[in-house]
Amino acid sequence: MAFFLEVLFNGLLVGIMYSLVALGFALIYKASDVFNFAQGDMSLFAGLALVGFLTVMPLWLALICTIGVMTILAYGTVFIVFRPLVARPPLILFMAAIGLSFLVQGIGQSIWGTQPKGLFLGIPEITFDIKEVFLNTFDLTFGGVAGVLVVGLVLFFQKTRTGRALRAVADDHEAALSVGIPLLRAWAVTWMIAGIVATVAGVAWGSRLGVQFSLSLIAYKALPVLILGGIDSITGAILAGLVVGAGENLAEVFLGPYVGGGIQTFFPYLLALLFLWFRPYGMFGKEIIERV
Amino acid sequence: MEQTPLLKVNNIEVIYEHVILVLKGVSLDVPTGGIVSLLGANGAGKTTTLKAISNLVKAERGEVTKGTVEFEGKRIDKMYAPAVVKMGLIQIMEGRRTFEHLTVEDDLLTGAYTRGHDVKGIKESLEMVYKYFPRLVDRRNAKTGYISGGEMQMCAIGRALMAKPKLMLLDEPSMGLAPLLVQEIFEIIVQLNNEENVAMLLAEQNANMALQFAQYGYIMENGRVVLDGDADTLKDNADVREFYLGLTEIGKKSYRDVKHYKRRKRWLA
Repeated sequence: MAFFLEVLFNGLLVGIMYSLVALGFALIYKASDVFNFAQGDMSLFAGLALVGFLTVMPLWLALICTIGVMTILAYGTVFIVFRPLVARPPLILFMAAIGLSFLVQGIGQSIWGTQPKGLFLGIPEITFDIKEVFLNTFDLTFGGVAGVLVVGLVLFFQKTRTGRALRAVADDHEAALSVGIPLLRAWAVTWMIAGIVATVAGVAWGSRLGVQFSLSLIAYKALPVLILGGIDSITGAILAGLVVGAGENLAEVFLGPYVGGGIQTFFPYLLALLFLWFRPYGMFGKEIIERV
Repeated sequence: MEQTPLLKVNNIEVIYEHVILVLKGVSLDVPTGGIVSLLGANGAGKTTTLKAISNLVKAERGEVTKGTVEFEGKRIDKMYAPAVVKMGLIQIMEGRRTFEHLTVEDDLLTGAYTRGHDVKGIKESLEMVYKYFPRLVDRRNAKTGYISGGEMQMCAIGRALMAKPKLMLLDEPSMGLAPLLVQEIFEIIVQLNNEENVAMLLAEQNANMALQFAQYGYIMENGRVVLDGDADTLKDNADVREFYLGLTEIGKKSYRDVKHYKRRKRWLA
């Protein structure tokens, strides 16, 4: 039993990272109908920026600077890339996002180089156990940070004036514009939030695996999460991330031995396929309110 | 010296996607505190005219290429739509367009976005909206996607009211509503005009209703204004009576006579 719980917890802690990446996708998709292919590259970019800043300044300042860079990136993306594409079909926006992903990756690597870099935040990695369930402080720290971020975002969207405006934009762009909500600025704020989320994900994964090109591939891990959670649902992204994280870990440990292991890599996609068959809009996809 | 009108549209031309000419020189005035109606059939250019004024055409890849739009004497045709809202000109779009996943109260509050953090003023406005639309009070926590069409229209008007407008552009507020409800909505519009001194520019297909409540009217066809005048004069105009009000000199037209007598409009569209 203790072993089961340990596998479950460690899965959940990985899952919350999936949640973060998927959350970035969901936020941007909800607000601007763009399937942001560049979400993974934004994580890489943030990781590279942080490593770069860390060589010349202390951690807290480097974090602030990284978030500053991500904010500039968000505004640049919206005002330079997407402004001329207002009211264009979704496929064109999608192509623009693919282009953007290579651009972000290229810029990041040309500034900070292509070599894999270690990222040390000075968070101790101490393994301890509660009734024989082994956990480590490093994973718990990032789980906690991600949790706080998620709660903060939910409060922001539900309780603040800007959050309300962003929800309005997500429902109907033109109507939002007609009541005086500046659409481009709303999108920029959304991209900025997605950038912050990407930063946390990038830093968490980067400090575990090293900051390198493969970091941008975590975007693919988010795809099954999005299908499971519903592409435009914040709650969905968070819960589905946890389900996928826990699911793949449990499957690997308990089912893996029977089929020779390696389930982890494709289990999420299998889960996503099942969902596509039976519940294509995911667990929490936006209910389409159709008046009859 | 004539007083400058609140809104002055001067010979505007609107082109969509750089090629499609939708408005071919439209001019109109709305006086401070007045109600002006804009009549015309489907595709005459009413909606485009309103969107050109509120600057929403830009969000649909349209552009005002000629002419000017002045609000309180200032040119607004090159401005961004939210800045125009902040000046006190707001459009209520056709088809109500409430935010369906927001509650009625949240939806209303989005209308006050341009007023920033004026918490006290916004709260007063919210109470004023509930006073005019008491039906919304019961539905304040319901998502607007689940309220009735009439309530949605009330919510849309109330939301616009939250911006403290001096001029509201209403696009087909009667669309898809039962006649009694249309009457109720129009009465509230007139009441808002009287008590809150909000001028109205009203695009309508329901010419009867629009001319009953407006002081002045413009008739559009094919992207042009073809006739304008006081509401009473328009109501008596033989062409308007026939083509927009469905009346002839002898009352309702009988289809037996159609073959023998086909009236031609006395204007060129």
